[in-house]
Amino acid sequence: MWQALFDDLKNSGFVILAVAMDQPEAAKPWIDAAAPKYPCLIDRDHHIADLYNMVNVPQAVWIDEAGRILRPPETAGSTDGFRQMDRSKFVMPDAAVAERDRLKSLYLEAVRDWAIKGSDSAHVLNAQQIAARLKKPDPAIAQAHTLFRLGQYLLRAGHEKEATTHFAAAIKLHPDSWNMFRQTLAKDPRGLASGPEFWARVDALGGRPYYAPIQIEGA
Amino acid sequence: MITILNEQRETHWPQAESHADSLWLDGQAIEQATGWSWKPEGLCQDDTCVALPQSSTSLVRNGRLDIAEMWRHMGYPVAHDAASSTWVLGTGSARRADALGTLEAPDFELPDLEGRKHRLSDYRGKKVLLATWASW
Repeated sequence: MWQALFDDLKNSGFVILAVAMDQPEAAKPWIDAAAPKYPCLIDRDHHIADLYNMVNVPQAVWIDEAGRILRPPETAGSTDGFRQMDRSKFVMPDAAVAERDRLKSLYLEAVRDWAIKGSDSAHVLNAQQIAARLKKPDPAIAQAHTLFRLGQYLLRAGHEKEATTHFAAAIKLHPDSWNMFRQTLAKDPRGLASGPEFWARVDALGGRPYYAPIQIEGA
Repeated sequence: MITILNEQRETHWPQAESHADSLWLDGQAIEQATGWSWKPEGLCQDDTCVALPQSSTSLVRNGRLDIAEMWRHMGYPVAHDAASSTWVLGTGSARRADALGTLEAPDFELPDLEGRKHRLSDYRGKKVLLATWASW
């Protein structure tokens, strides 16, 4: 998704750190196929989600040269258009595809603008704007990450049954986390956690979004 | 053998003791397992010190502190798998929220597929788009 952008901008003092919220063996074929030139990191324990209070993929954070957050975690170009897809064929209506592509372009253009102009970019937020958008974790979320960490460790140690129990407790404590839910859900032969349980959970959202809407000018 | 997970640390303690909800560690083990120091004024890290609770007699025994109970006293999350003697001493939501509130991007170290470690702070001097994805 990011390679063309990175190729254009890598000489502007800009780098992408792509973090797979994933098991290394599941992420590897994707990384091998895309062969990106930017660092691709593996976060099997979802440590980044714990630190930055992230709940889904793709989410992105803008960080300046001094290590300061310029835009807090936000949806990186995805839309809820997938909820309108024909689930048997995995095909979205044309209008939903067009709207997704439009918003993805807007987001990528905003990144490009920042990479070139730095803090002069109109898309860089000030401290008050960031404070207003920043979602902070609560005790239930912190406990959920602790249980998820335990589950991931036990899974690697071969204690699948115990891991499953801790994952279930984590998901219950942090229902907004699609990362935890989908990471631990049984995958189909394509490696996707998009079976009936996934769709039932999406449908249960009702009017609430799966991807928090992108807050960018023109969106 | 007791395993303790905290932040990105993973340590193993053949000599440590745990009973039910208690995990007994000496000062050196606490430091290595959690990065916190057990001092006369309490449990300390960076500029933060948390005093032991008033009834701290039950938390200290034979030069060891019940770090699990102390963790709960601090309002930090604890998770425990008894069968494998694995403990996770998590970080409290208030501390996470305070860290985010400073707008200083929380630092971390993660491997790439070749096992090479990358720290966010290695990329100081560049604009960083930190972007998540997954195969699932």
